[in-house]
Amino acid sequence: MAGVTIENLRKSYGDIEVMHGVDLNIEDGEFVVFVGPSGCGKSTLLRMIAGLEEVTSGTVAIGDQVVNDVAPSKRGVAMVFQTYALYPHMTVFKNMAFGLMQAKTPEDEINRRVTQAAEILQITDYLDRSPRNLSGGQRQRVAIGRAIVRDPEVFLFDEPLSNLDAALRVQTRLEIKRLHERLQSTMIYVTHDQVEAMTLADKIVVLRDGYIEQVGSPIELYTRPANQFVAGFIGSPQMNFFDADDCNNANASGNITGVRPEHLTQVKSKGLISGKLELVEQMGEFALVHLSTPKGAMFSAKMPLPPTEKLGETLEFNANSDDLIHLFDPQSGLRISE
Amino acid sequence: MTDKQRDILKNRIAVFFAWVAALAFFFPIFWMVLTGFKTENQAIAIPPLLFFEPTLENYTEIQSRMNYTHFAMNSIITSFGGTLLALLIAIPSAYSMAFNTGRWTKDILMWMLSTKMLPAVGVLMPIYLICQKFGLLDSRIALVVIYAMMNLPIVMLILFNYFREIPKEILEASRMDGTSTLNEIRQVVMPLAWGGIASTALLSIILCWNEAFWSIVLTTTEASTLTAFVASFQAPEGLFWAKVSAVSTLACAPIVVFGWLAQKQLVQGLTFGAVK
Repeated sequence: MAGVTIENLRKSYGDIEVMHGVDLNIEDGEFVVFVGPSGCGKSTLLRMIAGLEEVTSGTVAIGDQVVNDVAPSKRGVAMVFQTYALYPHMTVFKNMAFGLMQAKTPEDEINRRVTQAAEILQITDYLDRSPRNLSGGQRQRVAIGRAIVRDPEVFLFDEPLSNLDAALRVQTRLEIKRLHERLQSTMIYVTHDQVEAMTLADKIVVLRDGYIEQVGSPIELYTRPANQFVAGFIGSPQMNFFDADDCNNANASGNITGVRPEHLTQVKSKGLISGKLELVEQMGEFALVHLSTPKGAMFSAKMPLPPTEKLGETLEFNANSDDLIHLFDPQSGLRISE
Repeated sequence: MTDKQRDILKNRIAVFFAWVAALAFFFPIFWMVLTGFKTENQAIAIPPLLFFEPTLENYTEIQSRMNYTHFAMNSIITSFGGTLLALLIAIPSAYSMAFNTGRWTKDILMWMLSTKMLPAVGVLMPIYLICQKFGLLDSRIALVVIYAMMNLPIVMLILFNYFREIPKEILEASRMDGTSTLNEIRQVVMPLAWGGIASTALLSIILCWNEAFWSIVLTTTEASTLTAFVASFQAPEGLFWAKVSAVSTLACAPIVVFGWLAQKQLVQGLTFGAVK
């Protein structure tokens, strides 16, 4: 097993730089999630670690070895692709064994490893089938199995769940988590889904436009986002932001106030923020209410029960505690620490 | 008329035109086969005879005059050889163009294809002289090489398009698995594009089989193919329609039978390749 060290990593396509000097340290055995909106460079970063994308400058090291010029198969990494990328003309067994066959591994060793991986993933019954006779979830297991049999130092997952339906996604997410507990390998996981990031990661790396915005544990990112972008990206529903003159925050002094919808409570008297009721979404366990500030900005609040007020009436809200009010610089977007 | 009736009528009209077109294509072939079983007099009879007593006299005469199997063998060797050589060159080239597409890939392909616009007779002299220099006149090797070069652009273009259909991730997965380029082509790309390769090969074989110009120009007896065999029945005193028809039937028969047999394989290959 090994950690991954990335130093001043840059990537350009022609004149366009898409990765602007990224530094990152991934500990041995850590589960790291790269998260960010489309085009933020998270997949590019992963593919540079895999060796599928050339490094323009800077270094990628796996363990102690700089792997910039090492072939993907020699880096000790295995990748699970979003589209599964199984070989359609081979059986499940052969799909999993293919890499070992290329490395001229002895046949009984191949059998042992494939059988073992198949048992872990409960796909032993499908070993003779071809991928086209499997469901999406089963295919994804085969793709994970293909990675496991190679016994890599680092697992790379490129949005592995995005082709699965919602229920299966939750289940497979759990299985990946369990797999990490079991194998204790370093895992790097790319997703644009912040729920996946929060639930899976030991450490989340938030990327935007080829820069790292913040690195930290899920709870750190949730409670102390480094800037407005991270604050808005992590957490669902999204954090609300209010201009200084649009809310009743005495400490704002010209800065942007941020409060998560789940940290707002309705009050009778004049509160931190008042809003006109626009829409109520009944979720069952809670109601998500959408409101507009006096200046017309939209925000939302999570309420245990739908409000008794009618649409168009004004509601008052306070934050549950002052610790839950975040302040951001309106120019740079950076967090202002209290 | 209701919408449904109108739909049925439209359908009937379409089917009718399809039949007319199909028959128009088929009629000359049908007439050729028929004429091959007539005597020379029946062949030029006016009005044309549809019902007559068939005779094998043309076929026996052809076989006594020339060795059909010798020509057929040459056709088989040169078409299959030319196709094989073209595929050997085209598969790795199309692979590199499809999966490492650069700025000029499309232009290179167009440039290759543009050589097909050159009339063959334009390069007759140089090719004839080269063959003469290397002692390759009237040899199968010369035909195999020329047929391969002749079909290379079209084979490349078709394979390029088939290869591009293969999802890139599958190749990346194989790269992660440590596959060498050769194994990647052999074990991943070729099985996935099998239907495409098979149909391209079939097309190339047919094009080679029907090629007449180079066969007639570069061969005399030893390496002559069936197209030269047909041409040799053009006598100075005029065409003997019945005999020429019989010869042509003989020249077409093997490739028609082969195409018919390969069709089943082809359909299988195509559906297999379509699986993602």
